[in-house]
Amino acid sequence: MSYAKVITIAVLIVLLAACGRNAAKPDESATEAVPTDTDSTRGAAGTSSPSGTALTEEERARQLLAQLTIYFDYDSSEIRSDFNDMLRAHARQLAQNPNMRVRLEGHADERGSREYNIALGERRAQAVRQVLQLQGASSTQLSTVSYGEERPVELGHDDTSWAKNRRVELVYAN
Amino acid sequence: MLHRITAVSLSLIAFAITPIAPAELVVTITKGGQRGQPIAIVPFGWSGAEAVPLDVAQVVEADLQRSGKFEPVGRDAMVSRPTRGSQVDYNDWRMLGAEVVVVGEIAPRGPGTYELRFEALDVFGARQIVGQVIPSTTAQLRAAAHHISDLIYEAITGVRGAFSTQIAYVSFERLDSGERYRLWIADADGENAQIITEAKEPILSPAWSPEGHRLAYASYENHQAVLYVQELATGARQSVSTRSGVNSAPAWAPDGQKLAVALSEADGNVEIYVINVGTRELKRVTNNPAIDTEPAWSRDGRSIYFTSDRSGGPQIYVADAYGGGTPQRLTFEGSYNARPRLSPDERQLALVHGEGATYRIGVLDLKSRSLQIVTNGRLDESPSFAPNGSMIIYATLDHGNGVLAAVAVDGSVQQRLTSSGGAVREPAWSPFPPQR
Repeated sequence: MSYAKVITIAVLIVLLAACGRNAAKPDESATEAVPTDTDSTRGAAGTSSPSGTALTEEERARQLLAQLTIYFDYDSSEIRSDFNDMLRAHARQLAQNPNMRVRLEGHADERGSREYNIALGERRAQAVRQVLQLQGASSTQLSTVSYGEERPVELGHDDTSWAKNRRVELVYAN
Repeated sequence: MLHRITAVSLSLIAFAITPIAPAELVVTITKGGQRGQPIAIVPFGWSGAEAVPLDVAQVVEADLQRSGKFEPVGRDAMVSRPTRGSQVDYNDWRMLGAEVVVVGEIAPRGPGTYELRFEALDVFGARQIVGQVIPSTTAQLRAAAHHISDLIYEAITGVRGAFSTQIAYVSFERLDSGERYRLWIADADGENAQIITEAKEPILSPAWSPEGHRLAYASYENHQAVLYVQELATGARQSVSTRSGVNSAPAWAPDGQKLAVALSEADGNVEIYVINVGTRELKRVTNNPAIDTEPAWSRDGRSIYFTSDRSGGPQIYVADAYGGGTPQRLTFEGSYNARPRLSPDERQLALVHGEGATYRIGVLDLKSRSLQIVTNGRLDESPSFAPNGSMIIYATLDHGNGVLAAVAVDGSVQQRLTSSGGAVREPAWSPFPPQR
């Protein structure tokens, strides 16, 4: 089986699981999903019970579309389930607006060697690309670039900074 | 004890023969050799009317001390200052414990031209080890001094000196006007730093061509990685790969005609290819759904060492440069081994070895497959061998700041190279210059 097929199937399984869980429970939090480095918090986002009035579908979509960064675990390009809703919203937006273009910028934390990190950043961007395409975005709308560890958002040399630097950014071109 | 070597003489600045670089590298010896050979380098005689154009003996002394193989005798301790072998009273130097004494002269020959003459003498055997007469212009004096260091080093250790070589490296600064990336080359002693190119987007992976006239590197323009080859003499550059996705990790083939590179062209997965710089003809070397990157050639151009995570995490493999066959895995110790660089004698690979929270430079013996860790930083990366195999330069952090460091392959000597012009990283040691 090809690697692409493995990824595709894995992504589908994750998405199906996430659909069943999240469909009726909109996430209230307007903040971006917090990067995590541990398994214990994975998948927690989106399941917290709403404590205020429920958001309209439109408000919810707007919140999800405002999220432009997907975070990753160390040396991993696996998309965590807490980013499923956000990616689905972006994919839908792209499907509905065929002229829209988005650049997927992959990044790694500073640990290890720079060129391997370039490859890792590209793999992360490709993983995001696959998900967006599976959910309706067209390949012509998507491009990837990897900056590896060259463009950190956080300059610290600790776990907190690294978690924020292992990311893919969605950059919409106007 | 910390020896500081800032070998800029005042006379050099007064003569204004070299532009003052905005960000010189300062080399500091952070750990000396176990016991270097005691050597006395007597200030060179000067017969000109004006101030001496360069303290040649000081440049030679700094070179030899940095190697860790020599322990220079202080000038204050010298009881005599001969400038020719015939004037040397060996008892003066035996008394100081010096095993080698170096004497020399700088003689003006015309406007801006000189003749350097030096002799290195064996104190106990009372005989000359090496000596030469070297013509020089004012601008060539530092190079002539490094050449003297090379000759002395080779005559005594049997290994060719690497003092006439250069280091390429990348600096990064966050300025008010935005991010600034620069590619530099400097002499191996940190002097004569000059900017090769600069950009607002990242520059990385400088690689010297085998003859030392060109650098290949990766640069970003308009959010797209581009591989360039730049002529150092003229500054002229050509792009050699502008494919979509990853264009990275250039490594020159020994023939100087081809580059091994890591591209994600075909399917978004990074693979190793060989590209002919003249014709742009592309040949695929690896074919695996994992990441394959960071190629390094064997001297005969038949094999390519590289990093692959086909086993789950990054490990070092070697493949046939013409493709085909199954690459052979070389590293098994630990879960992270990346970015191989072959030693000049092809017996060792320098690599980045990750263990727990630390990433250090390891040296893998290709025969015994034993791995020795030679650095002690937390996030060390980008190892590059000196062309004589004596030292490995690499990038490390000093109080969170990017600096360069060099270590003897046996770990005995350590140096730190810092810059006033921001964080520095990705050092690449040049090949030997053409023989004089």
